[in-house]
Parts: sequence; C-alpha cells; structure tokens
Amino acid sequence: MQQEVTLVAIILIMLLADLVVKESSAKLLQRLACVLMVVQIAVNVVPAEAVAFDGMYNSTRMASIVKTVLSLGTLLVFLQTGAWLRREDTAFKSGEFFVLTLSTLLGMFFMVSAGHFLLFYIGLELASIPMACLVAFDKYRHHSAEAGVKYILNAMFSSGIMLYGISMVYGTCGTLYFGDVMSAMTGTPLQILAMVFFFAGLGFKISLVPFHMWTPDTYQGAPTSVSAYLSVISKGAAAFALMSILVKVFGIMVQDWTLLLGIIIVLTITVGNLFAILQKDLKRFMAYSSISQAGYIMLAVMAGSGQGMASLVYYVIIYIVANLAVFGVISTVEQHSGGKVSRDDYNGFYKTNPRLSFVMTLALFSLAGIPPFAGFFSKFFVFASAFNTGFVTGNTGYWVVVFLALVNTIISLYYYLLIVKAIYITPNDNPIPTFKSGLMERTSLSLCLVGVVLIGLCSWVYQSLVDNAWPF
Amino acid sequence: MNLDIHVIHYLVLSTIMLICGIFGFFTRKNMLATLISVELILNATNINFAVFNRYLFPGQLEGHFFALFGIAVAAAETAVAIAIILNVYRNIKKIMTDDVTDMNG
Repeated sequence: MQQEVTLVAIILIMLLADLVVKESSAKLLQRLACVLMVVQIAVNVVPAEAVAFDGMYNSTRMASIVKTVLSLGTLLVFLQTGAWLRREDTAFKSGEFFVLTLSTLLGMFFMVSAGHFLLFYIGLELASIPMACLVAFDKYRHHSAEAGVKYILNAMFSSGIMLYGISMVYGTCGTLYFGDVMSAMTGTPLQILAMVFFFAGLGFKISLVPFHMWTPDTYQGAPTSVSAYLSVISKGAAAFALMSILVKVFGIMVQDWTLLLGIIIVLTITVGNLFAILQKDLKRFMAYSSISQAGYIMLAVMAGSGQGMASLVYYVIIYIVANLAVFGVISTVEQHSGGKVSRDDYNGFYKTNPRLSFVMTLALFSLAGIPPFAGFFSKFFVFASAFNTGFVTGNTGYWVVVFLALVNTIISLYYYLLIVKAIYITPNDNPIPTFKSGLMERTSLSLCLVGVVLIGLCSWVYQSLVDNAWPF
Repeated sequence: MNLDIHVIHYLVLSTIMLICGIFGFFTRKNMLATLISVELILNATNINFAVFNRYLFPGQLEGHFFALFGIAVAAAETAVAIAIILNVYRNIKKIMTDDVTDMNG
C-alpha cells in the first residue's frame, strides 16, 4: 500500500506546484517531477507484501517489484520530455502532463495488485482515461487529436468487451474476489467464453493481433514522449496483470488459454514483423516493433509458471530501457530538427551526431536480440520458460510456438538493421545538423545505455526475480 | 394472464444490446454514433450485473456496486471522448470516421 500512498502524495504535490509555479518555468516542474520520482523509487525499493480493503487489494512481492520497475520507466520518460514540454504551445500546460502521467501510473499500480475484479477494472480505467488525454495532448496538431480519438474509442470498446466477460464470471461464480472465483470455477463453456472476452479486452491494451489496429495510428499521432510511455509502461503493466489473472483466476482452463495464446502469439509476432518492414515513419515503425515485442512477452505468459513470471518481468525491464533509448533519440531529434521522424531523414546521421547514433544502434541491437546486449538474454529466458513448460507438461505445441518465434527473430533483425544502415551507410548530402541535447535527455539516454549493456551481464537481476517470482 | 419475467429474458435483452453495440461500433461512420454504440455495450454489461445479483445472488451487493461503478466510469470516459471529438472538429470541421484517415498503412 505504501507505493500507492507515496504516489498519491506526489500527484498532490505536483498539482499544488502547478498552481504555484509561474507558467514560464516549465523546467522547474520537470525537475520537481524527476526528483519526486527518484524519491518514490528510493522509498519503495525493498519489495513488500500488503493486503487491504478486505482482500480487494492484494500486493505480492512480485507486484511490488513490477511497480518499482514501472516507476523507473516513468522517471526515464520524464527525463526525456524537456525539449517537448518547453515548446511554446505546451509550456503553459506542462504541469498537467505530469499529473496525468502519474494518474495513469497510479491506475497501473492498482491494476497489478488487484485482488478483486472491481479494483482491477477501476485501475484499468484510471490507466486508460488520462492516457487518452495525453495522446491528444498536442491540442493544435490535428494528428494528435486523431490519434486520441482512435485511442479512446478503442479503449472504451475493449473495456466494454472485458466487462461483459467479467459479468459472465460473476453470473457463474457469484463472487468477484480472485481467490473465491478460482475455487468456484468449474470450466463450463460459459466460463470459457468469459475468459475469451476478458482476454480480448486486455489484448487491446497490450495490442496483440487481431486487436492491434489502434496501435500504429496512436503511436504515430501522439507526442513522442507519450508514445514512449504508452509502448513500455502501459504494456508492461497490462502484461503482468494478464498473466497473474490468467494463472490465478482462470487457472482451471489452462488448456484453453494456452491454445488461444499460442495462436495469438504466432499471429502477433508475424504480423508485427511483416508490417514493420514496410514502415518509413519511425514512430509508426516502433509501433509495429512494439506489437511484435508484445508477442514475445506473451510467450512468458503462456509458460504460466514462476519461471515464466520472472522472465516476463525481466523482459519488461529490458524492453523499457531499450525502447526508451530509441524513443529518446527519436524525440530529441524531432525537437531539434523541426519534426523529422522519417527513416530517410536519418541517412548520414552518424556523421553529424555520432553519440546519439551509437545509443540508437545499441538499443536497436538489444531490441533485435543480438548478444551480448540485454535483449538477447531477455529473449533467451522467455523462450526457455515457454520451452520448459512444454517439457514439463509434455505438450509439443509449446515447442512449435517457440520455434516460430525464433524464426521471427531473424526477420526482426532485418528491419532493425535497416535503421542502422540508414544511420551509418546510406550517403546523404544534407543530414540532420549537429545539435547538443539537454542535460536531462543525456542523463536519460545514458541510463538506458547502461541498462542495455549491463543488465544482461549482471546475472543477479534475473536471479533475484526468480527468487521472488512465486507467488505472483 | 400472468407474465413471468426471469433471468433469461434479461439476458436475451442484454445480449441483443451487446450485439447491436458491436455491430454499430464497426459500421457507424459518425464518431458520436460510434460512441453511442460503445455505451450500448457498457449498458448491456450493467444489466447483466444487476440481473445476476438480483436473481441469482440476492443476499449480496457486489453486482449492484459493480454496475454503479460501471456507470460512473462510463460517464467519465464519454466526457473525455466527446472532448477529444470536439478537438477533432475544431481542427478539421468534420467528425466522420472517413475524414480522419491522415495516418494509415
């Protein structure tokens, strides 16, 4: 409970600060938000268990770790927002950005540590309604509003479908506490239908194929920092919640959701990869890349074991640092070059901005899963967990899915390297001119870089996750 | 004639509402009509919760509370959605889904 309480305190402080601080000093608000997030992480770094509201709120040690990871990702995003928030048309509302972002974070906190469907639903909505405001934040850019409307309509639709599933759970079990539902479940067809509805609703949030239609448009139209936040933090929280609910509540129909997940994983990874190859706009490209990465995360969900949970959180940590490094570079370049986000704009980028190119390259290598970068280890552990469950249960379907995912890794290598090729090899007469990014951006990118290089090599990270993985 | 209404009648109603909502969401061209279709889905859910609670588990209040929260959250979502649709209208003076196709591929 402590994490939520401190986060609420931070939200209140930011609200008051927004009232007091003069409009012109957006920088001060950003610094304040970053300092407060550092405090939030430092205070809650030790994982703890908590139960509140008669079991409606039930936070395990693993949920506590996930919340710290999400706070860390939010801090990295906050560090990157400087140049965008100091622009003339957003400077006067920069306080709102922080309050809205922290509200979504609070919603995700409740979502990952819910013990009752009502609290889960409220957390989910608290995470997605302010998110729509963030997506439509650039009020005078038409694309931002278009992205916002696509996001909110899809979010409402998906939560409606999910609610219908929850109502069927209630009708058949007579309770909505996760523990009681688990013991009342018998695996009747109606309950399987409820599980599918619920899965479809959360599938929208994690943007799995065939529920991914909103993702590219929203990521392209939203402000770049918001796309970054949406792609890692929101997705990580939803993936954790999906796994814990599938195992804890729908555990009796493990056969059914394993089959469902197997089909969806193969579709998600393949479709995400094939469409990513065609993209010219980097934000849109990252959207399809994030769809395919979501498929890899789902492999850990399919494993459904403690090992799977450890590898899921490990994957999310590494995905956060690698993806935020890429988005950080995209956002910095966009702000300093007057909105250039196309891949062709990056031709010859190495000549003028070697250090940013270096960060981008390493992050892309990590996303593609090239050893010795962290992305290789995260993919390895995810594959290992799914493979191991297939071994334990004697179900060869797991191995087929893992094999198809492995083949797809090679495809993804191709399109990630297309960007590296544009940066280093493709000649260009007038590349993006040299610029100096701000101190905060550099700090954020350095942190991401350290994460990409070191997390994979420090084996204690994964080991400590495994030690805390069960129960989730 | 004595008219008996049971769970099944309500469930048929809520299922019809759900199907209408899903069908409307995919076929309506006006964004506000799309929003109304989503509201249909959410209301179908609320009917389900209230009916299950009233007929199957009359001793408790969980379903009623869920319906109440569902209404409140749906209202909040609608407010935000209409605000964003207004923003689209201010930018391009149109709110048909065929007109917001700047981003595709």
